[in-house]
Amino acid sequence: MTAVATQIQKAKTVLALTSNYAVAYAVKAADVDVVAVYPITPQTTIVEKIAEFVDDGELNADLIHVESEHSAMSAVVGAAAAGARVFTATSSQGLELMHEVLHIASGLRLPVVMAVPARALSAPISIHGDYSDLMNTRDTGWITYIASSAQEVYDTVIQAYRVAESVLLPVMVSYDGFLMSHTTEPVELNDEEEVKRFLPRRERPNVLRPEKPITMGAFAMPDWYYEIKYQVQEALQGSLKTIEEVDEEYGRTFGRRYGVVQTYKMEDADYAIVAYGGASFGNAREAAEIAREKGIKAGVIRLRVFRPFPTSYIVKYLSGVKAFAVVDRAIAFGGPGGGPVFTDVATALWMNGIDVPGISVIHGIGQRSMYVEDFVKIYEMLRDGEKNKVVYMGLRL
Amino acid sequence: MKVVYKAIWDLPVEELFASGHRACAGCGPAIAMRWITKTAGPNTIVVNATGCMEVTTTQYPETAWMVPYIHVAFENSAAAAAGIDSAIRTMTKKGLWKSGKTNVIVIAGDGGTYDIGLQSLSGMLERGHHVLYILYDNEAYMNTGIQRSGGTPRFAWTTTTPVGKAIRGKIQAKKDIMGIVMAHRVPYAATASISNIIDMANKIKTALEYTEEGPTFLHILAPCPPGWRFPEERTVEAARLAVETGYFPLYEYDHGKVRLNPPTSAIVADPKRRKPLREFLKFQGRFAHLTDAEIEELEKEVVANLNYLAKLASL
Repeated sequence: MTAVATQIQKAKTVLALTSNYAVAYAVKAADVDVVAVYPITPQTTIVEKIAEFVDDGELNADLIHVESEHSAMSAVVGAAAAGARVFTATSSQGLELMHEVLHIASGLRLPVVMAVPARALSAPISIHGDYSDLMNTRDTGWITYIASSAQEVYDTVIQAYRVAESVLLPVMVSYDGFLMSHTTEPVELNDEEEVKRFLPRRERPNVLRPEKPITMGAFAMPDWYYEIKYQVQEALQGSLKTIEEVDEEYGRTFGRRYGVVQTYKMEDADYAIVAYGGASFGNAREAAEIAREKGIKAGVIRLRVFRPFPTSYIVKYLSGVKAFAVVDRAIAFGGPGGGPVFTDVATALWMNGIDVPGISVIHGIGQRSMYVEDFVKIYEMLRDGEKNKVVYMGLRL
Repeated sequence: MKVVYKAIWDLPVEELFASGHRACAGCGPAIAMRWITKTAGPNTIVVNATGCMEVTTTQYPETAWMVPYIHVAFENSAAAAAGIDSAIRTMTKKGLWKSGKTNVIVIAGDGGTYDIGLQSLSGMLERGHHVLYILYDNEAYMNTGIQRSGGTPRFAWTTTTPVGKAIRGKIQAKKDIMGIVMAHRVPYAATASISNIIDMANKIKTALEYTEEGPTFLHILAPCPPGWRFPEERTVEAARLAVETGYFPLYEYDHGKVRLNPPTSAIVADPKRRKPLREFLKFQGRFAHLTDAEIEELEKEVVANLNYLAKLASL
């Protein structure tokens, strides 16, 4: 009886949203203070929606229409240093232009949250989706999520504020440019009051306040610089625990949780595909089904958290398989492994003494179509004993 | 300019810029910092661009700043300050900012203003943030070792505009940064010199008051003994001669109206009162190579600039 009453009371709000709009709704629920953004495809509709919320008085925040992404990141760094809850978003060249300040945000230990609908990089100019922009931010000291559905985008942005403010590190939430940023899915929204309780306002000790002057962004000589940067590394490595705890609590509060790595049919899998973003749970899962019909024991590992890299999970899931493939949507130019995540996975295994053969698959560059059959083919290649090579899939030669 | 301080004994006593920083002996910018912080008072957040003042005052784990201070990068101090202004205003509305009215002041050198920081400065001015932007101008990139900037004057020697056989010093003229700022139609912009402290302090006060309306700008001449190559006890004298020779005119832009300030106003009214430019140039190593013809050329530029400003002031 009580249960039914509660259910009626908490009638769920489900809206048809693009991942970009899902970000905007999450930012509104998080009650941010300062948003600074510069338009760039495919990010723009995030800020358009936020602008509507601000101009309609639904979100009490100041939207700074900055003159570049470099200034967008600089403005949110300034605002966060003053103690505000901040948000920005960008893609592609914009993320590259921000690059300098990304290091500063983590070095100053500021809980900036940013959305990145991922996109290809120039030249040649491409406005379409892949993960070249995001992968270039790998060593900036940011916590990096890669979501695979609009619902997860919404949930992750809210989680990101809790994580960022707990471990004092900036967080980016990424997802497929266009394939997710501009496609519509049903998204269940949380009660905003409940989100406020999940994201309590706690005054950070080290902010710019006249009552207690501090100096931020000091000049460090060789006798101190290394220690300060090591602290970022320590905080980032240690944040995995917080990411999992926040995810668990979010699950208890709102009914949805994701973990740092998601798996599909990995219990008995001989062959695994490691992937991220929209393809990882759409195409890859479907391909695993088809492969299993063909007698291949196929499974999928989806990387939800890219930084800090979830090494222990990757080791756990891959140590039992006969072979694996990593599908990267970015090229690690001139590197030894073809794709950036493949290189990470290989390193994770090698560092833990695991010797499993793997294939590095590059696919979906500049939004080249990735078909389910392509993923089936990857499973077949693994079954046929192909290993230790780089495959440029979908490439016309 | 609102006259708050009439005489030297009216100026604030409290020090908010600590001694023991690592600036050079006779540092002009350090003198500016001392008076900026004193005049602005403790309810101030300083946003500093990369430059001499950042590297000499914040060597971890020590700091010369007794007000909250942040350095982000070289080209983005105006953008970072915009974020701080935005944060204070929104958090005040939400009841999250409990420090009351707080000044947000950018302090940036000529490189961080004329060159790499010009874009973020323009954006901040255009959007109308409640920020006072202070340019301390020592006319080159001094903390990296005296390279030319857009603020370096014509014919000056720097390490990247050496005096060679074919080219003698910097070819181009100094960029008109005040003109660029005034073109943004800000409420208030002014020039000041570390030799004229009362004038400078009053301009800081005025500019801070006007930030309620929108962004304000101060261009402070702050000579650099190693960069300009003069003995360190002559810093204030160098700044004073810059004003008295008309090389660095003192004026302000107040809600669309240009006004010349003393002693520049007196020099313009009676050109005989202007000291010859040679007096400013002659003891500086960076100008030691100048011929009489070159000095004359520079002097013509100074006079032309004064005439231009007089015309603006008459409008």
